[in-house]
Amino acid sequence: MDTTVHHGAMFDTDELVLNMGPQHPSTHGVLRVVLRLDGETVVDVDVVMGYLHRGIEKLSENRNWTQIVLLTDRMDYVAAATSNVGYCETVEKLMGLEVPRRARYVRTILCELQRIASHCLWVGTHAMDIGAMTVFLYAFRERELILDLFEEFCGARLTYNSMRIGGLPLDIPPGWDKKVLEFCRIMEQKVGEYEELLTHNRIWLERTKGIGVISGPDAAALGLCGPTLRGSGVPRDVRKDEPYAAYDEMAFDVPVGTAGDTYDRYLVRMEEFRQSLRIIRQATEGLPEGPIVGKVPRLIKPAAGETYHAIESPKGELGYFIVSDGKSTNPYRFRVRPPSLCNLQGLRRLVKGHLVADVVALIGSIDIVLGEVDR
Amino acid sequence: MGEAVAFYTIAAFILGFAVLVVTARETVHSVLFLVLDFLFVAALYVLLGAEFLAVIQILVYAGGIVVLYLFVVMLVNLKRPPEAYQDPQRHGRVGLLLALAVLAELVAIAMWTSGTPTTPMPAAQAFPVTGNTEVVGWLLYTRYLIPFEIASVLLLVAMIGAIVLAKREL
Amino acid sequence: MIDSFVVPLLKILVVLNATLVGVTYMILLERKVIAWAQSRLGPMRVGPYGVLQPVADALKLMIKEDITPVRADKWVFTAAPIIAMVPALIVYAVIPFGPEVSLFGRPVTLYVTDVNVGLLYIVSVASVGVYGIILAGWSSNSKYPLLASLRASAQLISYEVAVTLTLVSVILVAGSLSMVSIVRAQESGHVWFAFLQPMAFVIFFIGGLAETNRAPFDMPEAEQELTGGFHTEYSGMRFALFFLAEYANMIVVSSVATTLFLGGWLRPFPNVAFLSFLGIIPSWAWFLLKSFGFLYVFIWIRATLPRYRYDQLMRLGWKVLIPLAIINLVVTAIVKVMVH
Repeated sequence: MDTTVHHGAMFDTDELVLNMGPQHPSTHGVLRVVLRLDGETVVDVDVVMGYLHRGIEKLSENRNWTQIVLLTDRMDYVAAATSNVGYCETVEKLMGLEVPRRARYVRTILCELQRIASHCLWVGTHAMDIGAMTVFLYAFRERELILDLFEEFCGARLTYNSMRIGGLPLDIPPGWDKKVLEFCRIMEQKVGEYEELLTHNRIWLERTKGIGVISGPDAAALGLCGPTLRGSGVPRDVRKDEPYAAYDEMAFDVPVGTAGDTYDRYLVRMEEFRQSLRIIRQATEGLPEGPIVGKVPRLIKPAAGETYHAIESPKGELGYFIVSDGKSTNPYRFRVRPPSLCNLQGLRRLVKGHLVADVVALIGSIDIVLGEVDR
Repeated sequence: MGEAVAFYTIAAFILGFAVLVVTARETVHSVLFLVLDFLFVAALYVLLGAEFLAVIQILVYAGGIVVLYLFVVMLVNLKRPPEAYQDPQRHGRVGLLLALAVLAELVAIAMWTSGTPTTPMPAAQAFPVTGNTEVVGWLLYTRYLIPFEIASVLLLVAMIGAIVLAKREL
Repeated sequence: MIDSFVVPLLKILVVLNATLVGVTYMILLERKVIAWAQSRLGPMRVGPYGVLQPVADALKLMIKEDITPVRADKWVFTAAPIIAMVPALIVYAVIPFGPEVSLFGRPVTLYVTDVNVGLLYIVSVASVGVYGIILAGWSSNSKYPLLASLRASAQLISYEVAVTLTLVSVILVAGSLSMVSIVRAQESGHVWFAFLQPMAFVIFFIGGLAETNRAPFDMPEAEQELTGGFHTEYSGMRFALFFLAEYANMIVVSSVATTLFLGGWLRPFPNVAFLSFLGIIPSWAWFLLKSFGFLYVFIWIRATLPRYRYDQLMRLGWKVLIPLAIINLVVTAIVKVMVH
């Protein structure tokens, strides 16, 4: 970037080029942000990513369909089960498999638990970046409860490998649903705790209101998705618009913001906590009996064809585009539409004109996971 | 006796640091020696029994004005090597001239005041208040009220001027 | 001879040692209190319940490699942390821990000295403490620490104005600059100045938070800032000195607030004979208790509140606190004139 000289004031000043990252306590993973500053105001920003690129899409071309579930874990490692579900559903759509109702319900429960876990991490890191470090500890305390539930279900805390094409690998352990309901009860209170610390706190309001404003049409035009888009007033949620798993049988609301600033995005996600708890309760209490995995052929070999299927991950619309050539046991092409990457594109728009300290708040507000951005 | 020793020691330090201020190579060092100078002047005030003035000296001069100098020195690049000037000796010559002029002025004042009697300050009993701070306050608000107010207005003008100079758009 | 030399020297020894030990234990206190607020335990390994943690920290910092940047100004680089620390310590010369007590048969005042411009002395010494930060940033010979240090010092001198204005209100009410006289004024007036001057109390406390670079005003030294702030290039003992200086300043602000607003060494309701059983607790213990309360609130605030952005912080200082302090001063002056 070349720098320009401003001649407005009595003293000529140059623009300063400042590099944030890739190793930095605030850029949630290895993200490099190069800022062009005029004093303390950001004039332009250049986002450099790719530090976490592991070639997941290319690797998938050399793995069979079941093995790819493992790889999808590692993209959005904060909400791994959601990526699993998205992939499995895409393959099921490609093959026309039917998933039994019980499996769909359990998938819904796991997805919503993941949403809460991901939002816990989001609220913790977002608040810590703005300085309220206690919320970080509280949110992670609750995330531990969810991770315990997952560990009991599939043995892992972060990368679950918890879905199979056609259903789930194992049924939920006995007593697990009681624990989930107990967790819901605890979590409802804790969300109130986070809100008490942040929502009406004057300093929080000053740091988030009016920061990073983007209007609904602009956000949609940029391709933003998830709570980032809903904060600007666009009521797009894949769970409602194109229901998958058991969402068509659940009653829930989709929170939508108005102002499109950081505060509204915060409020949207806080409300999503509550709505997720509502869905989990409904799914757990109404869990039907039945098989946990549908009729799946021994060797998964979809006929030649391609399909795209999207789900609502905690970060936004997570889409999978899979091409099968019908001949091999590996996909011909495996492509992910990562919500974090699409939202990251909005960073440049959001950050212009704000101060350096706001950049950190905005990166937190978009809620990105670098594993998903870079794959 | 002790007071004389103290006075001469402090005076020696003041003069020594003043010389260092002028001769230091690094500008920031000059400013730091100036701070030390002011601290010793405050010590001199304490020796004279003017504690209020001593503390104000530290608060205003050492703690305010010199901080301003430091800001300016650090933010504005003042380095220009002597070779950059066309006539490097010019600094020394002009300095010497100015020093001689000040010396002449001081000698003239000394000679003139040694002849005329000074107007005595009113005796301590004449003040309705006692104590260092109180007396200074009393004088400032009665006898020296106009200069005090003018000084305040001057400071206000300086503040407004600084804001006008620094703001991009008003 | 003894009274004019030995006793003050002994007092200085006691006060300095107590302060330095207190400052190192502030580290442990902060870590523990913040940990408990965050449902953790804090340091638990070194000594029972982590009580020896400051010793471990001090040892670690002392044996760390002493790195000085190659082109840094050696003298100023070393002097900066000292300049930051010394003002915090010498303020204790005028802080009264208690009235005259009888020790070993002779009357001893529980303060090192009582200067008749005591409060101004404290303010002036605090204003010299700013140099430590400015020089630390400059002597590191690096762009970012310099800018960070200038920002931090700009924050300090801005809030100094607000704090000094509130102190003037207290001086008006107390009628004297001497710290001991201010405490006596609270005693004879039967009321702590926190109740007579609530706005001054609040402004002083907020200003004290900003003066010591504590949350929510700690943007200049937040870890999320682009550099480590003005102490980026410091390591080992010098780095330790900066942090000790910050804690020492915190203790100073708490002590001054206690003296000015909470009655110093006075027990609650000193003139009510009914509560004289409270006199069992010695005066200096009351002082320490009240200061400790302030310190706890400092730490509590750090654990709870997010941090202000730098421009919001400056705006708060100049556009909110200073006008409020001036209004408070004017109202106090008017009331004082009307009452007399």
